Amino acid sequence: MIQLKQIEKTYRTDTIETLALNGINLNIAKGEFLSIMGPSGCGKSTLLNIMGLLDAPSSGEVLIDGQQTTHLSDKALARFRNQKIGFIFQSFHLINDLKVLDNVELPLLYRNISAKERTELAKEALVKVGLSNRMKHFPAQLSGGQKQRVAIARAIVGKPELILADEPTGNLDSAMGNEIMELLLHLNEVDGATIVMVTHDETMAKKTHRLVRLFDGSQVNDHALKPMYA
Amino acid sequence: MLKNYFKIAIAVLKRRKFFTFISLFGIAFTLTILIVATAFVDNAVSANYPEANRDRSLYINMLEQRNPEKGYSMNGPMSYHYASTYISTLKTPEKVALGTMFTPTNTYVANKKLVIDLKLTNAEFWDVMQFHFLEGKPYGQQQIANSELVAVISEETKQEYFGDVASVVGKTIETDNVKYKVMGVVKSVPVTMLVSYADMYVPYTASKTNLKTKSYNGMFMAVLMGRTKADLPKMKAEYASVVAKVPPGDAEMKQVISHADKYLESFVRSSPLRGKDGPNMSMLYLVLVVFVLLFMLLPTLNLVNINISRIMERSSEIGVRKAFGASSGTLIGQFVVENLILTAIGTVIGVALSFFVLQYINSSGMIANIHLTINFTVLLYSVIACIVFGLLSGVYPAWRMSRLQVVAALKA
Ligand SMILES: Nc1ncnc2c1ncn2[C@@H]1O[C@H](COP(=O)(O)OP(=O)(O)O)[C@@H](O)[C@H]1O
Ligand SMILES: [Mg+2]
Repeated sequence: MIQLKQIEKTYRTDTIETLALNGINLNIAKGEFLSIMGPSGCGKSTLLNIMGLLDAPSSGEVLIDGQQTTHLSDKALARFRNQKIGFIFQSFHLINDLKVLDNVELPLLYRNISAKERTELAKEALVKVGLSNRMKHFPAQLSGGQKQRVAIARAIVGKPELILADEPTGNLDSAMGNEIMELLLHLNEVDGATIVMVTHDETMAKKTHRLVRLFDGSQVNDHALKPMYA
Repeated sequence: MLKNYFKIAIAVLKRRKFFTFISLFGIAFTLTILIVATAFVDNAVSANYPEANRDRSLYINMLEQRNPEKGYSMNGPMSYHYASTYISTLKTPEKVALGTMFTPTNTYVANKKLVIDLKLTNAEFWDVMQFHFLEGKPYGQQQIANSELVAVISEETKQEYFGDVASVVGKTIETDNVKYKVMGVVKSVPVTMLVSYADMYVPYTASKTNLKTKSYNGMFMAVLMGRTKADLPKMKAEYASVVAKVPPGDAEMKQVISHADKYLESFVRSSPLRGKDGPNMSMLYLVLVVFVLLFMLLPTLNLVNINISRIMERSSEIGVRKAFGASSGTLIGQFVVENLILTAIGTVIGVALSFFVLQYINSSGMIANIHLTINFTVLLYSVIACIVFGLLSGVYPAWRMSRLQVVAALKA
């Protein structure tokens, strides 16, 4: 599903150069649930952003479904993200001015589908995350766990093949965090979504198929935890 | 899609109430000033009552005498002597109206002072100007020849002097200690119509002092009316050739300069916009356009500023939209549409406000007898200008915003 080949990422500021990623090679299979761990600042988010085509590597290649993404235009990249990828962020990034339902509909705005269909799909996604009774609320009226569930609904509403989650439980207490984790596992097992999740929580990582550890921009460990389709 | 833009636009406007107010106020206020100002200009310039024949008329408001060697010059309206000798004798005009500038005179009604603006005219004045007579009729050659003390008064003066009476024709009105017999009552003219406005019109023969002077300068202005619009160049040329032969009217002066101009030109000629060869009309239009653009630039810059800060505030939204598939182009579209919605609301408020302001000016009697209306051409252009400025003020911030890196946008 995703292939990363010799990914390097260097951040340049006026004074310093940071090598955030150094020669990452990674193959992620369809249907896999992969977790990424590592100390703060080791390049996890950078890696996830590159996988999600939000950021371009300094060198190396990103292939999604076998397709090269290096030279795609802004418009083509946008379409790619829209069709294939759903993002979940640590700090939710819901649009506070929009109601829950409108937030969830957002990815569908950039597709050619009718308003009616958009609403139906968004409602369906909200049912999946167990928030069908909060559609007309604004994000500010929700708890952290509920906000993240809205964000998940938004990530899955377009039925993307790949879900990228950057510390999705990082801002939540453990009970809420576990709820979110269960939801992700369900999406993976039942709906067959490919998921890449950055986490600091060893027990959560243990529930996934495979764990990749990063240290200082390099991949130090990659092992299977449990077989897929067990 | 548009509905969603609308939702978010309204939400953003509601969230930033103060900025929204400033933006809307800026747009609405600018538009109101433009519309009200043009209503005034329109009222003064267009062929309104009673100067309905303006399109086929030329105006002679000024006569200048110069002594280039000594650097003397004298400038102003003309004497009756000059006007009757050199203007009334022109061959090409169908009619030549002569009238003085209005002079305020005093009268007392029930111990209350009333100022009556008086104008002396010839008989043809009533042919050139299309006055609406509420009763009676204008004076003619006969009254002029007999130096009769007769008057045509405005409706407003009738009301103020005589009060609520049905008819005043034949009654006597006294001002500056002279008694006149009322011959007619006309619908009032606003003071912005300099050539035709007065509270009371009387034959020029009613005042002997105006006739005696042999000097060229005096109180009279003239309007030459052609048979058709096509006569204008001929009339202009004839007057120019006559003026070229006029001998100096004063021992001290060497040159006589005077022009027959179209209405607007006649004002531009006596303004700083006069070019070397007379009134520079294209300069006038250029100045007006530049003025309007500058005037609209202020709220535009204000909007640009507000938009930039508003957009930066929404960097998380921008990041999210990009992450979920909005291209830079789509985002620019969204922000421009949002800005257009704001501009459109401002425009609607501005038009409504102009309407009320004009109504107020008309009904308050702030300016006597004026009736201002919205000029629909101006309204159309203003609205177009608003939309263009709305686009411009949205595009630059939107472009800056769309260049924001997703990752950076999401971090902020
Ligand atoms: N936009 C940036 N400019 C400069 N340096 C950056 C930028 N983003 C990340 N970095 C640096 O790259 C390294 C990896 O960052 P990141 O991927 O966010 O780490 P993690 O998510 O593992 O905590 C860090 O040293 C960080 O300071
Ligand atoms: Mg991180």
